Amino acid sequence: MAINLPKRRSTLRQQEARIAWLLLAPSLLIMLGVTLWPVISTFILSFFHVPTGINQIRTFVGFANYLEMLRDRLFWETIGRTLYFTAVSVGLELILGLGIAQLIHSRPWGWQFLRFSLIIPWAVPTIVNGAMWRWIYSADFGALNGLLMQLGLIKHYVPWLTLPNMAMNLVIVADIWHTMPFVALVLQAALAGLPEDLDEAAAVDGANAWQRFWQIRLPLLRPAILVALIVRTVDAFRVFDIVYIITSGGPAYKTLTITYLTYLNSFAFGKQGIGAALSFLISAFTIVMAFIYIRFLYRPEETQ
Amino acid sequence: MRTIYKATLFALALVFLIGATGCAPAAQQAAAGPVTIHILTQDQAGMKPAEIDQIARDFEAQNPDIKVNMEYLGYDFIHDKITTGMAANPPAYDASMIDVIWPDEFIKAGYLLDVTNRITPEMKSGIFPASWKGVTRNGKIYGMPWLMDVKYFMYNKDMLQKAGITDPPKTWEELVDQAKTIKDKGVVEFPIVWSWNQKEGVVCDYAVLLYGNGGSFVDASGKPAFNDEKGVQALTWMKQTIDDGLTNPSSVSSDEAAVEADFMAGNSAFAVNWLFQYSDSNDASKSKIVGQAAFAPMPVFKAGAEAGVKGSSVDGSSSFAIMATTPYPDQTWKFLTYLTSNEVQTKYSKEMLPIWKGDFEGQKLEELKAATPSNPVTVPAFLGQFPYANERPTVSYYNEASAALQLAIQEALTGVKSPKEALDAAAAKWVELGGQ
Repeated sequence: MAINLPKRRSTLRQQEARIAWLLLAPSLLIMLGVTLWPVISTFILSFFHVPTGINQIRTFVGFANYLEMLRDRLFWETIGRTLYFTAVSVGLELILGLGIAQLIHSRPWGWQFLRFSLIIPWAVPTIVNGAMWRWIYSADFGALNGLLMQLGLIKHYVPWLTLPNMAMNLVIVADIWHTMPFVALVLQAALAGLPEDLDEAAAVDGANAWQRFWQIRLPLLRPAILVALIVRTVDAFRVFDIVYIITSGGPAYKTLTITYLTYLNSFAFGKQGIGAALSFLISAFTIVMAFIYIRFLYRPEETQ
Repeated sequence: MRTIYKATLFALALVFLIGATGCAPAAQQAAAGPVTIHILTQDQAGMKPAEIDQIARDFEAQNPDIKVNMEYLGYDFIHDKITTGMAANPPAYDASMIDVIWPDEFIKAGYLLDVTNRITPEMKSGIFPASWKGVTRNGKIYGMPWLMDVKYFMYNKDMLQKAGITDPPKTWEELVDQAKTIKDKGVVEFPIVWSWNQKEGVVCDYAVLLYGNGGSFVDASGKPAFNDEKGVQALTWMKQTIDDGLTNPSSVSSDEAAVEADFMAGNSAFAVNWLFQYSDSNDASKSKIVGQAAFAPMPVFKAGAEAGVKGSSVDGSSSFAIMATTPYPDQTWKFLTYLTSNEVQTKYSKEMLPIWKGDFEGQKLEELKAATPSNPVTVPAFLGQFPYANERPTVSYYNEASAALQLAIQEALTGVKSPKEALDAAAAKWVELGGQ
């Protein structure tokens, strides 16, 4: 194989960069194929009326799919419900995660076991987790009713998942159990990387533990909190599987989230154009939320 | 350096090669050797998965060139599994079980293969006309009838006896009285259980009550009628039985499998469900009430009975349809005709009764009754209940219309809206969908 080497020899750095690109090229091509193309085709789809089926006639409708959703009361109720899920779920995960991270960081007896056991709920697939919590909440055979009965807190079994004001909170509990460990582990890793001397200096200056946590550690943790918040918020806003398994959106759509509404339109109601438009509305919401976080929490000057 | 370039080029070539073969239709790859067909069905009503697996193995033994890969799912997942499976080419499934409410939607979507020319005169005349009706549209046939099912009223004999009740209820009003007696005597806490979760099951149970009150889904002109006085009364009654502590409140999150579990655990005296609940109730490996389950004709409302309603249930029949884009229509049809053949259906009639009308006549009827331990009870129950099976609307947007009705019923049952308000909203949605 004859390759004419260029006359001007490229630097080692340039050569390395070229090899890196070449080696990455196959996986980049595959990624473009499986992510970028579906995104583009879904975007195109969102401007058409497309009944589900084979060889169906596509009708260009402009922004009609978007407008139909934006004018629909169910859409806004669902957005509100999803925001509630996201705020409560991520908020509690952050508070609990921070507490547990701090606990592990202080190295109590058995901290290694605690850190290890944190991984278990997170490692359980969401579907399995959902099925487990559905059984825990089961009205007739569930562990929750069993526990509350034995403690004497309830006199009759409670059909938890049929209570309109309760169902979403129960799904949130299941979600927190599953994903809080992620937040705890991220924050614990960040805590471990913080310089000890700042903390010690503050202690010498007379700051108590509470002050040191609020004034020293928390500001230093901000980048890690930002990462955990963005990842978890985007994830929580797109919640689907745990709702699908535990409640299927019931009772009376009180646990219907925005991705579930998208799923219903695309696959159950055969409205692919609406489903595609909803997907992009979800993206718009998540981008806005990520932007807000970065705007208010990301301060690069502090991390340097 | 050259080795790295060569390695990279080789890797790229490999990637494209894999990509290219990945796009080749599976049909071409599997040209030689036995053909594998994928069949989707439910693990709820009808034959048990173990029975269908056995039928598939028997079929394979007779047809070494065809392998049958069965996939079983809960009923509520099948519809969406078909629509997602049809997005691929070749489709994920070569055939699927099709509920009686889906053909219009799936025919419009182009999913179902027209099998009119494959139907033999023996099939045409041998199978119940009601079954053919479920798969026939505009004179064309889109599937092979498979299961005739209706919702049945079942009760626990021992519990009624314990409460001093001699006969099961004939009207829903009598049911309420009996349930109160059973509850007051402490036999069970919640005497009645239903499948009222936000799925198709709640529409089926509502249909039973609506038609039993002299109501109907749509009027003669096709306009929604379930929000009239009769429909509102039926829904109000449903809510009242929960408020009175007679219907198990968990019904609002229960599907048919949960109803069966509750009934078999001995937690309820009355249950409305499909046929499969009966033989399961007598299966000692999962039931605590072996020998206690009994059928009675589905009650109707007193007002309905006075208006001439003699019985009420809902048609839950299903068929098997070949997916239009399958590369193996012939092999799939061969298996479906075996699965639905008179011989196989008679042999496996414990969980579902045959679609072949000859089995219900003369000597064959006696043979059918003797075919399994359940049949002496289930055959008369079927013959008594099936004539009162009401149809749900046959429209291509049924799934979305049903979802609106499911929501309305759940809103009323959970107290979010009044029955009238909720049903009016659902009726408005039906009108809107009909106009699209």
